[in-house]
Amino acid sequence: MDFSLNKREELFLQMIREFAENEVKPLAAEVDEQERFPMETVEKMAKIGIMGIPIPVEYGGQGGTNQMYIMAVEELSRVCATTGVIVSAHTSLCMNPILEFGTEEQKQKYLPKLASGEWIGAFGLTEPNAGTDAAMQQTTAVLDGEEWVLNGSKIFITNAGYAHVYVIMAMTDKSKGTKGISAFIVEKDTPGFSIGKKEKKLGIRGSATCELIFENCRIPKANLLGELGKGFKIAMMTLDGGRIGIASQALGIAQGAMDVTVKYTKERKQFGKAIAAFQNTQFQMANLETRVQAARLLVRQAAYKKDMHLPYSVDAAMAKLFAAETAMEVTTKCLQFHGGYGYTREYEIERMMRDAKITEIYEGTSEVQRMVIAGKLFK
Amino acid sequence: MKIIVCIKQVPNTNVIKINPETGTLIRDGVPSIMNPDDKGGLEMALRLKDQLGAHVTVITMGPPQADAICREAYAMGADRAIILSDRRFAGADTLATSYALAGALKTLDYDLIICGRQAIDGDTAQVPVSLAQHLDLPQVTYVTDLSVNGKLCTVTKETEEGHQILEVEAPCVLTVLATANQPRYMSVKGIMEAFDREVEVWNADQIDVDQSRLGLSGSPTRVKKSFTKPQKTPGQLYEVDAEEAVELIVSKLKEKFII
Ligand SMILES: Cc1cc2nc3c(=O)[nH]c(=O)nc-3n(C[C@H](O)[C@H](O)[C@H](O)COP(=O)(O)OP(=O)(O)OC[C@H]3O[C@@H](n4cnc5c(N)ncnc54)[C@H](O)[C@@H]3O)c2cc1C
Ligand SMILES: Cc1cc2nc3c(=O)[nH]c(=O)nc-3n(C[C@H](O)[C@H](O)[C@H](O)COP(=O)(O)OP(=O)(O)OC[C@H]3O[C@@H](n4cnc5c(N)ncnc54)[C@H](O)[C@@H]3O)c2cc1C
Repeated sequence: MDFSLNKREELFLQMIREFAENEVKPLAAEVDEQERFPMETVEKMAKIGIMGIPIPVEYGGQGGTNQMYIMAVEELSRVCATTGVIVSAHTSLCMNPILEFGTEEQKQKYLPKLASGEWIGAFGLTEPNAGTDAAMQQTTAVLDGEEWVLNGSKIFITNAGYAHVYVIMAMTDKSKGTKGISAFIVEKDTPGFSIGKKEKKLGIRGSATCELIFENCRIPKANLLGELGKGFKIAMMTLDGGRIGIASQALGIAQGAMDVTVKYTKERKQFGKAIAAFQNTQFQMANLETRVQAARLLVRQAAYKKDMHLPYSVDAAMAKLFAAETAMEVTTKCLQFHGGYGYTREYEIERMMRDAKITEIYEGTSEVQRMVIAGKLFK
Repeated sequence: MKIIVCIKQVPNTNVIKINPETGTLIRDGVPSIMNPDDKGGLEMALRLKDQLGAHVTVITMGPPQADAICREAYAMGADRAIILSDRRFAGADTLATSYALAGALKTLDYDLIICGRQAIDGDTAQVPVSLAQHLDLPQVTYVTDLSVNGKLCTVTKETEEGHQILEVEAPCVLTVLATANQPRYMSVKGIMEAFDREVEVWNADQIDVDQSRLGLSGSPTRVKKSFTKPQKTPGQLYEVDAEEAVELIVSKLKEKFII
């Protein structure tokens, strides 16, 4: 496998770096401090096509590769992890299942508006009693004539409130266990569907994380996504793809921490020299740099396999596990190099360390990734 | 309306390092970019494309690697890209370069020729003005704004004291400043398509010139001495009131542990 960038990817990287540096980075601290969803950034991203990178042109997307998509998530997250997850949840968790499991009508109806960024997408699997054990779905969907009637609630849903389209899992036949779960497409403003409490979080504070409430929410029969009873499988396959996005987010956070720390340690002087001159600094930073590059290769490998339509579930789990733990280690150690300054909000490393933690939790905790990897290993 | 924008690939002098022993630029591993003033010119042309449906051609004289900035121009929205690339162009000074470009332009249709003010590697600002002379066209330099009505171009020209508003009739040559506008980002779609399109590569036989005036033999300039200009890193601009400015400066100085 050759992971060097081709000319197109190089040009793409140039563009996304310029965009991240000029448009996203200047807002990162403010968005975090004010817990504000950066709508203006989403509009700018929509204009140049960042909201629909790997979606085929016939569905209004850019016809790019997953490799390009994850490069975008990495570069955005390098300066603002909030912006990275907005794109990742929208692309991997909402557009992707519609593209892979939707009917032609559903694809025509939803993808062009999502891929152009006119609409934002979200994904609702987690419930108060169905977290890691996602099969314990309590939200129900019952067919009533030409409509499905949804009841229940979802928790911790990214992009909630700002999204127009929600891919929602619900139980359609409890007696069948995971085979009784189905996937649906729910549009915002559907009567009976409302957004509940917004979470106050440790990190990625500009991204919206809210409860979704369904009270006799009626959606057209045609909004079943994929086959009846295949919802759990759809959710798991969707998360396989999503994990590459979150791995890239983690990678971006780690890279961003390296960037600011190299700069800081060269400027900060103690004991008459730059702290970058201490061998402890150099050796630890060398270890971290090596980890970051290893994470990048795992992420690229997983994206490569997805682009090639090869099985990539375990690769995605390894990429996410390793990149997330790398992000945590890198940000924690990089903050240490900042001393007391790094502990304050004056310095970006403080935010980066807070942002890193979530990558070990959502779209499957690190424990879940280990289960996936071990499951294959001991098969 | 047909617009031709002359663009040049240059080393990104913002990231260039100087060898402390020899005082020369270390060009190794320095990324190449589209010259910033030229990018401002391209943006100006693309805005006319958005408004009036102008057709925008970019042209560059350089080695085959200049393909990269042509793809970038495509990804931003240019319609046609041409590279003048031939060993016979090698060693050209500003006179021979402008002569070769003029030779190429003579074979093309245009209403407007837009150039950057100057290239950040050579900093001469001579090519566009010589080009206008070769083609016997009116020219306005240091342009920051342009509107077109039929053949009449109304341009804002920056001067040391302020600015002038001038009218000039097309066809003409304008040289544009990077500060004229904020160039658009390449679009993802543009990047996807840029590599499926052709970048034309022309040699010396395809343009309207006397070949003895090309390249080194057509270049009377002799370099007597060269030196590196002092490096400046790009500054950051803050638009704040005096009180905030003081706070900002103090916090920046603290950040760098100067105070
Ligand atoms: C900011 C944010 C955004 C989110 N966005 C979305 C979204 O858009 N859509 C969505 O559907 N969900 C979303 N989630 C939910 C997220 O995926 C879940 O929080 C996550 O899957 C963990 O579930 P839980 O919080 O219920 O934790 P629990 O399942 O209660 O887990 C708690 C701990 O127990 C461990 N654990 C649980 N079971 C086992 C086991 N069998 N073996 C070993 N250890 C175990 C876990 O690894 C974890 O460390 C988001 C969460 C957050 C915080
Ligand atoms: C919330 C908070 C409360 C505080 N309260 C007090 C207080 O009440 N009173 C008070 O006096 N101070 C206080 N401090 C200051 C605190 O003690 C210092 O921040 C701490 O001693 C570290 O110094 P520094 O921040 O200047 O980091 P630096 O000295 O710049 O250290 C940064 C990094 O440089 C490296 N480094 C530095 N020197 C060496 C070396 N010789 N060899 C190898 N590596 C080296 C290390 O990696 C270190 O992590 C407080 C700080 C904070 C954040």
